[in-house]
Amino acid sequence: MEATTLVEKIWDAHVVDRGDADLLYIDLHLVHEVTSPQAFEGLRVSGRKLRRPDLTIATADHDVPTAEAGLAVSDAVGARQLQLQIANCREFGVELHPMGSAGQGIVHVIGPEMGLTQPGMTIVCGDSHTATHGAFGAIAFGIGTSQVEHVMATQTLRMAKPRTMAVTVDGQLRPGTTAKDLVLAIIGAIGVGGGTGTLIEYRGECIRALSMAGRMTVCNMAIEAGARSGLIAPDETTLAYLEGKQRAPKGDQWARAVEHWQTLRTDQDAVFDVEAVLDAGSVRPQATWGTNPGQTVNIDGRVPDPSALSEPAERGAAQRALEYMGLAPGTAMRDIPISTVFIGSCTNGRLEDLRAAAEVVRGHRVASTVRALVVPGSARIKQQAEQEGLDEVFRSAGFEWRLPGCSMCVGMNGDVVAPGTHSASTSNRNFEGRQGVGARTHLVSPESAAATAIAGHLVAAGDLN
Amino acid sequence: MRAVSSVIGRAVPIDRPDIDTDQIVPAVWMKKIERVGFADGLFQKWRRDPAFVLNQPERRGATILIAGANFGCGSSREHAVWALRDYGFGAIIAPSFADIHRNNLPSSGLVPVVAAAAVVDTLMAATTADATTEIVIDVVRRVVSCEQAGVQEAQFFLDDAAHHRLVNGLDLIDMTLQLDARISDHELRRPDWLPSCDGVVHTSSTVG
Repeated sequence: MEATTLVEKIWDAHVVDRGDADLLYIDLHLVHEVTSPQAFEGLRVSGRKLRRPDLTIATADHDVPTAEAGLAVSDAVGARQLQLQIANCREFGVELHPMGSAGQGIVHVIGPEMGLTQPGMTIVCGDSHTATHGAFGAIAFGIGTSQVEHVMATQTLRMAKPRTMAVTVDGQLRPGTTAKDLVLAIIGAIGVGGGTGTLIEYRGECIRALSMAGRMTVCNMAIEAGARSGLIAPDETTLAYLEGKQRAPKGDQWARAVEHWQTLRTDQDAVFDVEAVLDAGSVRPQATWGTNPGQTVNIDGRVPDPSALSEPAERGAAQRALEYMGLAPGTAMRDIPISTVFIGSCTNGRLEDLRAAAEVVRGHRVASTVRALVVPGSARIKQQAEQEGLDEVFRSAGFEWRLPGCSMCVGMNGDVVAPGTHSASTSNRNFEGRQGVGARTHLVSPESAAATAIAGHLVAAGDLN
Repeated sequence: MRAVSSVIGRAVPIDRPDIDTDQIVPAVWMKKIERVGFADGLFQKWRRDPAFVLNQPERRGATILIAGANFGCGSSREHAVWALRDYGFGAIIAPSFADIHRNNLPSSGLVPVVAAAAVVDTLMAATTADATTEIVIDVVRRVVSCEQAGVQEAQFFLDDAAHHRLVNGLDLIDMTLQLDARISDHELRRPDWLPSCDGVVHTSSTVG
């Protein structure tokens, strides 16, 4: 038999009809309030049914306010969208975890924590960070609203088979260096268009050593390298995470599932269309200096000089980025004053991330010049963190302890960075205006974000004192 | 959907790579629940600069956007396509597109024209120098021409599935629903351990 990659194995098992683009069956459709209203409306207008409500799950994350004070949605447009989601889910029989419910959270956080995200599945959502679910060895990718409607109506998608890319990370991460630093370094190395047209399989010793939380962080940002998604072959770490989760298989089904999952790996002789290799030992804590996630340097490094770039388009982009960021070439990253720190998002809002940040914070105070927020990725994570006393660690250090949601990653719920000021953020995008009009975002790990909140300037946790 | 066999018109050049969908339409526009009315959101932040190309009077009525590589990267928001469409664009010419955005464009009848970098550069230069420059995109034959720029029937890439859909104005959902029996067959073969959702709207304290 011909040697195939993991992506090809999963893809081929889901093809309903072959063509210029294949018709792919979708095992799980995740829905949030922002990219679904027009799709539900489309079904209504055309008199179509939602084919598989039992494979569809919704939650509210983008619009939800996170202020501890209460759940009032001050903006009428956001409130209308949340209300409409409840009505739509009732009408079409879709499981929904709305604002204020115990199962609510960022859509890419609740799927895994409920055990809905499993190896070998095809998972889609009207959200580019659906790539997160690839950490379990699933093909998971973001789609537009027309495709959301298509999945609702048919439980399938017409998709050209992506090319395959292997990103192999050899060696081990040095102490104090995280999965976030690794994925930023990967994007820095291959570029924000480096994965275009491909689906990345992350492999190698370093990837195998990552926890599921770390794997989710790395897969989450595959899209920032231009890839449709990223995935990691399931192994013992994956099984240990899944076993006993609410919606994971049980008993005999678990045994049969595990047997199948163990076949989900790239054959030894399989060939990838593109390959990149990175040495984990060379990765240091990162911080972005520009307006795309590939514009990253070591956090103890300096803002690069655009004139040193040979490629004219890249040089122009770097110059524009520095202008937007209000930074001069050669500035030490640690000299950039930070006024907002955001710990959260589908990239770094999981319990492990909060624990790691809390470890750094313990015994320190947030600098007087900094506003610092912790926004748990889900209501469950918030509850677990509170049981461990993490909320108290953050609160007593001067952090705001918030309700779960996307919050300041996308700035749709009122949580924004003030114009012209700099933020250190554990989220995934440092695009112009992403965190608010004129906001200047530096992407970092949870550990670096915590240390930065204390120092008042960009710094790695290891260099705090 | 309306069939699209060609897009002919003047162009707006934005010579930047990696134009992300947050720039094409800011997130605040995603609070809308309609599919139309996004024109004012298009490049909203950049349009605050009076010198921005879209604000130049001579660019009004342009139907083609020319941009740098990796156009439409970032968020999957189809609102970006709706903003481009509502503003009046029928095609985007770039050396490359982000995958999700490239897939989203034809859903609203917009043509993602993936042209060779040299062709994009030539068209960009010509339309930057002269706003009246007219570009002809032959969608059926997948070639782009521009007399003023000296570009004659330069081939561009448009994947076969998108080409078929655009040229014939097909509704993708209708096409797929014709394969209902095949879909049902696949459903019979799905492993029984795969997870399912409960269909319940979980209010207050219930955990699903």
